[in-house]
Amino acid sequence: MATLARLQARSTFLAQQYYFRNSVVDIFRKKEYDAAVKIQSWFRGCRVRAYLRHLHRVATVIQKCWRGYLGRQQYQLIVKLAFCSMKMNLYNAMAVRIQKQWRGYRIRKYCFNYFYYKEYLRAVSETNDAIREALEEFAEMKEREDKKADLERKEKKKGYEARKMHYLLSTKQIPGIYNSPFRKDPDPWELRLQKAKPLISQRPKVKKISVSVSNWPAYASPQVLPQPKILPPIDRKPCQGPFRDITEVLEQRYKPLEPTLRVAEPINELQAAREELRKQECMRNIHDDMFLPFSSYNKNKKYIPLMHSSSKYGPDSYGSQHFRDENPTKWLCNKLEAN
Amino acid sequence: MHSFTKDRSPRTPSGKEGVMSLLRPLLLDVVPTIQQTAALALGRLANYNDDLAEAVVKGDILPQLVYSLAEQNRFYKKAAAFVLQAVGKHSPQLAQAIVDCGALDTLVICLEDFDPGVKEAAASALGFIARHNAELSQAVVDAGAVPLLVLCIQEPEIALKRIAASALSDISKHSPELAQTVVDAGAIAHLAQMILNPDSKLKRQILSALSQIAKHSVDLAEMVVEAEIFPVVLTCLKDKDEYVKKNASTLIREIAKHTPELSQLVVNAGGVAAVTDCIGSCKGNIRLPGIMMLGYVAAHSENLAMAVIISKGVPQLSLCLAEEPEDHIKAAAAWALGQIGRHTPEHARAVAVTNTLPVLLSLYLSAESSEDLQIKSKKAIKSILQKCTYLPALEPFLYDAPPNILKHVVGQFSKVLPHDSKARRLFVTSGGLKKVQEIKAEPGSLLQEYINTINNCYPEEIVRYYSPGYSETLLQRVDSYQPLIN
Repeated sequence: MATLARLQARSTFLAQQYYFRNSVVDIFRKKEYDAAVKIQSWFRGCRVRAYLRHLHRVATVIQKCWRGYLGRQQYQLIVKLAFCSMKMNLYNAMAVRIQKQWRGYRIRKYCFNYFYYKEYLRAVSETNDAIREALEEFAEMKEREDKKADLERKEKKKGYEARKMHYLLSTKQIPGIYNSPFRKDPDPWELRLQKAKPLISQRPKVKKISVSVSNWPAYASPQVLPQPKILPPIDRKPCQGPFRDITEVLEQRYKPLEPTLRVAEPINELQAAREELRKQECMRNIHDDMFLPFSSYNKNKKYIPLMHSSSKYGPDSYGSQHFRDENPTKWLCNKLEAN
Repeated sequence: MHSFTKDRSPRTPSGKEGVMSLLRPLLLDVVPTIQQTAALALGRLANYNDDLAEAVVKGDILPQLVYSLAEQNRFYKKAAAFVLQAVGKHSPQLAQAIVDCGALDTLVICLEDFDPGVKEAAASALGFIARHNAELSQAVVDAGAVPLLVLCIQEPEIALKRIAASALSDISKHSPELAQTVVDAGAIAHLAQMILNPDSKLKRQILSALSQIAKHSVDLAEMVVEAEIFPVVLTCLKDKDEYVKKNASTLIREIAKHTPELSQLVVNAGGVAAVTDCIGSCKGNIRLPGIMMLGYVAAHSENLAMAVIISKGVPQLSLCLAEEPEDHIKAAAAWALGQIGRHTPEHARAVAVTNTLPVLLSLYLSAESSEDLQIKSKKAIKSILQKCTYLPALEPFLYDAPPNILKHVVGQFSKVLPHDSKARRLFVTSGGLKKVQEIKAEPGSLLQEYINTINNCYPEEIVRYYSPGYSETLLQRVDSYQPLIN
């Protein structure tokens, strides 16, 4: 009970103390509370800030990597493009070079080949010179031939004249006109006359006139129309006496032969015609052997063999390999008739 | 009667009406000699004059002749064919009358006769009939004459060959179809073989026949060339006979004018040199086909024109231009020179060097030249000038050319002078610059532009020095000068 009293005495003190301590504490409680809150909030803020900082850092890293990636992609694209265009430029430049060379070559070789052109013109001028030479030679040759023919004609004419004038040859007694005694040498005509054979005056030949349209005046002349060959002499007095008219006589005498049909052809005319035919055939034939027909041309029947020998089971050996009566005992059995 | 008809043989045409009625019954006479002589007389009468030929036709003699042609002997056939030829040669109407009375078939039958004289007479009658126009030629061809004429060409008689060749030439000259008919009968090979024959009249006809065939189309010309006439034809250009030369150059011209390939063939065979020599060796109308041939060859391409130049064709052509009296030959030479010179400056230079341009100018300006010659020389001058860079030849033109040509000359100067300093110096010293200043041109025209281009090649003082009236301006300056009085 003492304690209780003590405690009860103390209780007000306790209550006071409790109140006092709590209220004292209360004064600082808010402060401390505020301070604690402040510290906590600050700390929380730090934490959050650190967290945010971390997040930022991390996000930056991600963005940085991503941007780097995108940038590198772009860069690669750009590099690729640049590389491609550089390649294309290089190729174009090389292609232009090739085309340049080719175009120059083509024009120089196919369209206007200067050296070929020069060669061609040179060849043409050479051909021209050759042709000119050849033509000149030809003309010269022709002239020479003409001259030769001319000379020959003149010679012939002179020879003919010399033959005609043979009587002007000088004799021992009388010097001819070309062998005047006052000359040193005789005239060349004299020599020609000496060489010439005297010309016997012949009956003038009936000139053969070529019958063509280009010399019609000749055509109109009476010689071309058919006429009897020998005309009677013109001014002959008619013979005294009972004579027939000379033209008739001459006509009959010189009547051309008009053989009959039988006489007109030779007697062996048939034989001769056969010979002629044979000769012609001989000429035309390739060889003289008789023409033999193909002997097996008609032998076209197919051979039909025996049924016995043409069956597909093979030929039967009977009839060729063995006969029944070769071995008669083979066919007879020893068995007695079972009755 | 015999002597009566003989009297009619000389060619007096007196009393023609009576003559026909007298001669006609003689044709039906019993004695064959009288028939023949009557036919001959008719032929010679008809040959002389076309009135008489008409009288022969009107007197109904032709049917009688044609009828009896079939059955008489060769002398009568010859005389009757001669009558038909004499009638048919005067005019197309008479030839048509002959065709109408059915003479063509009998003439073709005569072509099959054995006697060469009959064949000749028939061939010459057919040739004269076919000569006039294409319908008559077609009628002759339809009667089947062409294969027989080709056979006649192969006969040994020269006169027959001549006449057959001339008949083929007359048939094929009218149209390509007729020429094709002649070719189809195999004529070209035989004609080509006979070019080597020495007879000149035959060669004339052969070359004329081949040129009439070749002129129509490229295929026909190629067929003629395939018969290997080159280079044999070139020997004909050296023949003594003028007409052989003319016909040979006509043939080469007809071949060369179709395509560049054919011209190339002619050039490669040396034809240009041969033709140039041939031109040099003859005068007058004989030269004309050769000149035209050079023009045609040069017209195709510049290589061929250069080939003509190196074959020395240009001096020959300028000689022709200068010395020929006839206008049409001069016109042909001018045209040929224009074709040669119009391709490139090299060609124009080759033409200008021979001093032909002044000759061409004088021909153009002369009042005596025919219109054709003036046109051709103007064209030639224009085409040569537009390519000519050879200034010494252009300078004379500054002085005496008419304005339309002056324009081209000044244009050429304006093209050459800016690039060549020596030429500029020469231009000034020869007085050309002075002349150019004196030319009056409308501002804005092409001529003024050319003059400006030339003036821009020189420093201003020189241009002013040479402009007309410079001395007056100098004196004016002297007059207006105030001396400095010190």
